[in-house]
Amino acid sequence: MSAPERATQAEIAARVKAIESIMIEKGLMTTEAVDRLAEIYENEVGPQLGAKVVAKAWSDPDFKKRLLANASTACAELGIGGLQGEDMVAVEDTDDVHHVIVCTLCSCYPWPVLGLPPNWYKMPQYRAAMVRSPRRVLREEFGYDVPESVEIRVWDSSSELRYWVLPQRPAGTDGLSEDELAALVTRDSMIGVGPTKAPA
Amino acid sequence: MNGIHDLGGRDGMGAINPTPEEPVWKAEWEKHAHTLFPLAFRAGFFGVDQFRFGMEQIEPIEYLSSTYYEHWVHSVIHHGVRHNQLDPAEIEKRTQYYLENPDAPLPEGKDPDGELTAFIDWAVANGVAAGRDTGKKPKFSVGDRVTVVADAPKGHTRKAGYIRGKTGVIDLAHGEMIYPDTAGNDRGEAPEHVYTVRFTNEELWGAEEAEPNGSITFDVWEPYIVPATS
Repeated sequence: MSAPERATQAEIAARVKAIESIMIEKGLMTTEAVDRLAEIYENEVGPQLGAKVVAKAWSDPDFKKRLLANASTACAELGIGGLQGEDMVAVEDTDDVHHVIVCTLCSCYPWPVLGLPPNWYKMPQYRAAMVRSPRRVLREEFGYDVPESVEIRVWDSSSELRYWVLPQRPAGTDGLSEDELAALVTRDSMIGVGPTKAPA
Repeated sequence: MNGIHDLGGRDGMGAINPTPEEPVWKAEWEKHAHTLFPLAFRAGFFGVDQFRFGMEQIEPIEYLSSTYYEHWVHSVIHHGVRHNQLDPAEIEKRTQYYLENPDAPLPEGKDPDGELTAFIDWAVANGVAAGRDTGKKPKFSVGDRVTVVADAPKGHTRKAGYIRGKTGVIDLAHGEMIYPDTAGNDRGEAPEHVYTVRFTNEELWGAEEAEPNGSITFDVWEPYIVPATS
């Protein structure tokens, strides 16, 4: 069996343009719509929104309760939500359990709080290994050592529920404002593959 | 289907090599490919489950060696052709043209009132919820021990290979949602209750191979599970 010829970037770009040109002629698409979507995911929707939610949860125990009870309605209080986050569930890291998200069947990811997924999240390597050897993957691939006393719980996003991680508040952050706390929240900490930042 | 997309637990796939930072789009065409998804959805090419099934039918070697947005483009073509919205010969002809004339402009847009751009804003802000409430009573509750049915449907399903026949405990109950095994196979929404089932690593991979102190949760629709007998 011979491998099918790999399409080059130029060929793929031409194919997308071909489809787009047909869609445009049918009145189903415009380049303005493309520009608007790009603007949204480049500048408006990204992990800075999830960081804001996490910082609020760290600062406001009542909000945290609402977030853990229903992440989509809690995020909506901050004007955050929408496509690929219609039914979000925030899972809280504790001293006993560390959470990680994956989608083994495709690439489901909570866009409204994390933005579009990084490339590695969508690749077969991550999707295959994260359920099989999460502790090894975190240690060897992400340099993130989770002590054996801590359970690693991997959330395979197989339905339209969109899981993401509420990381533990870093030590030494008493008295920090929500904005200062948000700056310590990393995208990877909300996927579960990395730590939060330590306070300066 | 027992397709190549069903990757959970496959060994030997190679290193992940995560990059700390990367641009949202690796190439200009990716923005356009991404926008095809909401607009082809708007045009009635597919629902999200059908869109996924379109990707699952990509030839396995191509699936593994092509990128995420190439999968999307494949599914848009698959469904566009199915619904007579896209003509494969026309796509080939225009692809050749744009390959030879990469700077040739796209046709003039026909959206004087900006409805398509407004749809993008609306869709991103509101999403398309899969939850439904038909009033059907759930058969299972949080805390129940359940076993995943070990069949092998040939159409679209979210019943991944690695959980079939495995037993776990229901951790969360989410109410009724669109059933992918009907919706993805052109048989309508037929909502079913969705539960999050937690499996131990030992249950999934065996005591010899399982990493210690770990579990996996997987969301199942009610027809995927039966009460555990052991």
